[in-house]
Amino acid sequence: MLTIALTKGRILKETLPLLASAGIEPAEDIASSRKLQFATNQEDVRLLVLRGVDVPTYVQFGSADLGVAGKDTLMESGSDNLYEPLDLGIARCRLMTAGIKGVPPKQGRIKVASKYVNVAKRYYAEQGRQVDIIKLYGGMELAPLMDLADEIVDIVDTGNTLVANGLEARDHIADISSRIIVNKASMKMKHQKIEAILDAISEVL
Amino acid sequence: MSTGPANVDRWLLPDGVEEMLPAEAAKIEALRRRLIDTYRSWGYDQVIPPLIEYTDSLLIGLGHDLDLLTFKMTDQLSGRTLGIRADITPQTARMDAHSFRRQGPNRLCYAGHVLHTKPKGPLATRSPIQAGVELFGEAGLDADIEVVSLMLETLKLAGIEKANIDLGHVGIYRAVAEAAGLDEQEQQTFFDLLQHKAISELEQWLEGLSLSAEYIDLLQMMPRLAGDQSVLAKARQWFQGVSEDALAALDELEAIAQVIEQRYPDTQMYFDLSEVRGYNYHTGLVFAAYADGVGQAIANGGRYDHIGEVFGRARPATGFAVDVTKLAQLLESSPAEVKGIYAPASEDPAQWQAIQTLRSQGERVVCGLADQVAIQEELACDRQLELINGDYQVVEWR
Repeated sequence: MLTIALTKGRILKETLPLLASAGIEPAEDIASSRKLQFATNQEDVRLLVLRGVDVPTYVQFGSADLGVAGKDTLMESGSDNLYEPLDLGIARCRLMTAGIKGVPPKQGRIKVASKYVNVAKRYYAEQGRQVDIIKLYGGMELAPLMDLADEIVDIVDTGNTLVANGLEARDHIADISSRIIVNKASMKMKHQKIEAILDAISEVL
Repeated sequence: MSTGPANVDRWLLPDGVEEMLPAEAAKIEALRRRLIDTYRSWGYDQVIPPLIEYTDSLLIGLGHDLDLLTFKMTDQLSGRTLGIRADITPQTARMDAHSFRRQGPNRLCYAGHVLHTKPKGPLATRSPIQAGVELFGEAGLDADIEVVSLMLETLKLAGIEKANIDLGHVGIYRAVAEAAGLDEQEQQTFFDLLQHKAISELEQWLEGLSLSAEYIDLLQMMPRLAGDQSVLAKARQWFQGVSEDALAALDELEAIAQVIEQRYPDTQMYFDLSEVRGYNYHTGLVFAAYADGVGQAIANGGRYDHIGEVFGRARPATGFAVDVTKLAQLLESSPAEVKGIYAPASEDPAQWQAIQTLRSQGERVVCGLADQVAIQEELACDRQLELINGDYQVVEWR
């Protein structure tokens, strides 16, 4: 049995055609179902539909063999016990810092709000800056306006949300896209099957 | 001192630290004994290295990872730093270099607790019982083959007849990185990218290097050189004319795989030529074993030829280790519980004689205590000792 953990939402829509090109199609319509686990047209392949942040966990623990996860999630959760052999090039965006438009970046120790706590800590350390990190789960753009933080670290797609809240993007931390991740033990034990899927998908990319 | 909630949680154990109740303890201990007995029957002498040592001898350049894994404290007698062992392998290397001074091969085995400051993997214990073997003083492939064979025997004892093993060779990664002329910093980046088979990042990174197209192709190929035995032939084509060392390493892998396949035809072999786990101290063959339904390796090993240098005596060395607690979990059946005999409290010397006789015959006899209420389930006895016609007899206990 091969278990593939997928990220629900927009990434899922872009992932399914790629899986189809490897001959894997869900047995029922995922979008119109409330189930979290789906059989496929292949007897020994099943799909899980999870929140993005949970995908690396399932794969790390070996509860899923393969997964599709954003690079942002991987950077945040760490990628021990994982391979990330394929960049699917979908759900592209950028991980950036941002602050209030027109306000010059503050010097010295600053407050940074983010849901990417580890990424933020690492990034500012690399820049040689000591910062205090505030973990938020959403609505990051509000933090600088309410004086909760001086800067935020967040995903930027079109940048419209930043603009609408009077913020501007500052430093570029990383380009983000979705990856296929593979549990290391699974790669070694089920390599033929996994290899075939990776090859088929990489051909249509 | 403390009141309230703190008292409620007093029984809590630290994260990743566990206690074994009788059923589990019996299973683990039975397996531990079988492992040691098997290693002995292969000529491996058991050693019991100390639980704590000076970090000077414990952390002998085996890399940053082991340093981080090791709990440290100050020795109040000498003022030096002590470490609680996080790995027994370096201890046996010290023993081989310093305590034995044997001229020929030295075969050692051990089983004991180690402590880790942080779990090695998801849900991993921080206090595993590490069992393993080390074979010192023999650089030839025979030694590697013996150690891999013994690892497969170990898995059999845990009920794994069809093992999955992963074989790699650190020499290949080294030779390729060297042939391409990567400096130390670049080697580290290459190493990290290989660890995650991050092929897309590898491509990007290579674009920024001033390497010839030939080497860019080769380095890009490295994470893909993984799979069944056909990988070796494919790799041979890539390494031809690039690195003699890499080709020699391939020869070694092939020779080892051939014997293992012949000895253990049920074993499924996976080759990963960019497997660089433990690269910090491994020098040749590296291997690991996997079992269905377990997301991490259940046994690890490899060749580490220079480890004894700091003790003034570098000897070739190869070995492997397993976590006995994790291995015991894979055992489907636990050893059948032996029900005992209950002997009610008595001052009669003849009863004492009868009890001792039964015990010497291998029976489990539990003596009653005066004023004790005998609870059969708790005592785990299905028979009891009764005085019948002046004779102590074992009868069924209902």
